[in-house]
Amino acid sequence: MRILSLAGRRLAASIPTLLLILIGIFLLLQFAPGDTVDAMMAQMGGGDAATARELRKFYGLDLSIPLQLGNYLWRLVRFDLGFSSIYGKPVATVILERLPPTLLLMTASLSFAFFAGLVLGVIAARGVNKWPDTLISTLGLIFYATPSFWFGLMAIVVFSVYLQWLPAGGFEDIGAAATGLARTLDIASHLVLPTLTLGLIFLAIYLRIMRASMLEVLNLDFVRTARAKGLDETRIVVRHVLRNALLPMVTLIGLQAGTMLGGSVVVESVFSLPGLGRLAYESVVQRDLNTLLGIVFVSALLVIAVNFLVDLLYARLDPRITAGT
Amino acid sequence: MALSRFEINRRTVLLTSAAIAANVLNPMRAFAQETPRKGGVFNVHYGAEQRQLNPSLQASTGVYIIGGKIQEPLVDLDAAGNPVGVLAESWESTPDGKTITFKLRKGVVWHDGKPFTSEDVAFTALNMWKKILNYGSTLQLFLTAVDTPDPQTAIFRYERPMPLNLLLRALPDLGYISPKHIYETGDIRQNPVNLAPIGTGPFKFNKYERGQYIIADRNDNYWRPNAPYLDRIVWRVITDRAAAAAQLEAGSLHLSPFSGLTISDMARLGKDKRFIVSTKGNEGNARTNTIEFNFRRKELSDIRVRRAIAHAINVPFFIENFLGDFAKLGTGPIPSTSTDFYPGPNTPQYAYDKKKAIALLDEAGLKPAAGGNRLSLRLLPAPWGEDISLWATFIQQSLGEVGIQVEVVRNDGGGFLKQVYDEHAFDLATGWHQYRNDPAVSTTVWYRSGQPKGAPWTNQWGWEDATIDKIIDDAATEVDPVKRKALYADFVTRANTELPIWMPIEQLFVTVISAKARNHSNTPRWASSTWHDLWLAE
Repeated sequence: MRILSLAGRRLAASIPTLLLILIGIFLLLQFAPGDTVDAMMAQMGGGDAATARELRKFYGLDLSIPLQLGNYLWRLVRFDLGFSSIYGKPVATVILERLPPTLLLMTASLSFAFFAGLVLGVIAARGVNKWPDTLISTLGLIFYATPSFWFGLMAIVVFSVYLQWLPAGGFEDIGAAATGLARTLDIASHLVLPTLTLGLIFLAIYLRIMRASMLEVLNLDFVRTARAKGLDETRIVVRHVLRNALLPMVTLIGLQAGTMLGGSVVVESVFSLPGLGRLAYESVVQRDLNTLLGIVFVSALLVIAVNFLVDLLYARLDPRITAGT
Repeated sequence: MALSRFEINRRTVLLTSAAIAANVLNPMRAFAQETPRKGGVFNVHYGAEQRQLNPSLQASTGVYIIGGKIQEPLVDLDAAGNPVGVLAESWESTPDGKTITFKLRKGVVWHDGKPFTSEDVAFTALNMWKKILNYGSTLQLFLTAVDTPDPQTAIFRYERPMPLNLLLRALPDLGYISPKHIYETGDIRQNPVNLAPIGTGPFKFNKYERGQYIIADRNDNYWRPNAPYLDRIVWRVITDRAAAAAQLEAGSLHLSPFSGLTISDMARLGKDKRFIVSTKGNEGNARTNTIEFNFRRKELSDIRVRRAIAHAINVPFFIENFLGDFAKLGTGPIPSTSTDFYPGPNTPQYAYDKKKAIALLDEAGLKPAAGGNRLSLRLLPAPWGEDISLWATFIQQSLGEVGIQVEVVRNDGGGFLKQVYDEHAFDLATGWHQYRNDPAVSTTVWYRSGQPKGAPWTNQWGWEDATIDKIIDDAATEVDPVKRKALYADFVTRANTELPIWMPIEQLFVTVISAKARNHSNTPRWASSTWHDLWLAE
């Protein structure tokens, strides 16, 4: 019950922010030259003035901007995200269709980055300034400094073109209408490369943070006490150090959930995944205001939800932090 | 060989255009002995998803590449570039050009089993081509009625003369038929069938997963005997060009049409035996790179300055070093692939001549200020392709050498069209002029005065010329093909003399296709055509 009320309060507190973001984006897109009809003309490769006029009327662009904004907000109050001009479907439907790949990709790569970063960070901290540390830190730096589209393309070239182990792109196999386990495996095999590509950059950050926070905790008094008690090293690391060193990592998850949504635009394009990132990019280029605002809305909700979970995790890891305060 | 049927002049022109194609061994000749294989799935790269797939409502390559397999036009172009009947079997015009009669094919059925009749033609022409279709609404502006005396006859009635040869050149792109029984109720634009088209073509729409793929399957009741060969076509949505190249190499794609890859990837795959990289089969989709001048800038309204700019740019150098085999020197608004209207290269041209450019600028009173700067201009490049971006940088550097400082302002598609064609916030703009087989369809609007503000790809230069307006108007209603061709030669001469737009580069789209494909690239608009004879070898 306490958790629910906390959740409720969290959500209520974020409503004004959400509203500001939505209005801000609406106005920002008004400053971008051209509207969705211009974008459509660009895509068609030609058209005449009469066609354009008809289309503007069709998309409701002949109304004044305050009126358009008012309409939008009024619809939002009624939980109606509006109609997407590029997809010809309600925005909610469009987003729901695109949400699963993004969520899957985000969860998979966050988990990968988190656990691989954790393990590598611990190894690096255990052998600080020796060769495993140097090797891991250098690798981390390389991952961090390399642009993800390049990683993605190289992964395709190596694993799909030359070795032919994994599919080069897409979310699932088109020909085989697989169901159940076969389909799950198929989707998983399509997601291996994107997950690694998106995860590697974040992995670097996690491993640096983990290494630093391990080193810090390892020097604390209670670790010395544990050692003095005669506990073996593995037990000290797992039972005593790790739990305390995890707090900054958990903070990072909350912060990066948002970044991952954005970072996935590149990865989704390279691997032709039908996700939210690409949808957002497309709706900016096509000036599809409703869809874009809808995505912002859903992404904001996602980030709020993740941060809420992170708060709960805090309390679990560190009993001094309680859910009530 | 199909080529032996050509008349000599057409043959020379086509052979020249074939010469720009890189790495082509003629696929027809090499595989003439093989027996077509039935079956197979053909995977196609689809770069930019459209808002709809019905080619009677939207004329663009992104729609033809899919809708053109599912729906069919009245006429298409054959291998020699001549009109050939698809849903129409024959046509004739009255001498005054105001009545054009089409005899339609018998025994054609829609994918849902209903028969195809002249009612469908009349409905599509009046409600789609005339009202909604881009370019179509201009072409059919004076269409007043379509009579349907019997199910196999459609009589088009025009208020002003419609040259038969103009209509036949335009119809392959602007003459797709939609089923009346599906569209007659409700708003045509919002009909869900727009994204799940029903046609008469060799492939039936099966499924569209937005952002992923579109599938069409073999139509077993197709009217051409023994066609099509393929079981299925899958269009895969891949927005990243480099990723598409990788998928071709991985074997998950067979075709990337309409220059869908980066220039460097196309050149690289051209050396790979598994692929054929060629401009062949795209002769009907020629485009020219432009420099568009804004006459509202006082300096640019001076013809000497426009000519100086043209003389200052070394186009052959640019083509050789940046575009390679996929482009050639252009000679004006009508490209050399247009066998019916190309006036030859002897219209006024502007060869690279830096001294002359400087002399012209001096003559125009634009003396260099301290630092050598004579004039500062804003150049807006369109974001359609890599070549435009390179071309913009090349213009900037070339003009810098004669003392014209150029600021390149880059926008996305919507922004570019708005700023250039509506707000006129440019000095120079550069993009593509896409030629659609007849100057009256695609080209004269770039020159004719009186275009409404905001209409993209039209004369928004603040330039008006009574001579060219008259030529354009006369040619649009001239029913005699010989006189029409002569008028368009005058048009090109006048356009190149006054130079409101300069079109110095000519390009065809590049097709990258698996060497296993047969019967491909065999018509001038092959990628847009029905693919009823396309097959895949083992």
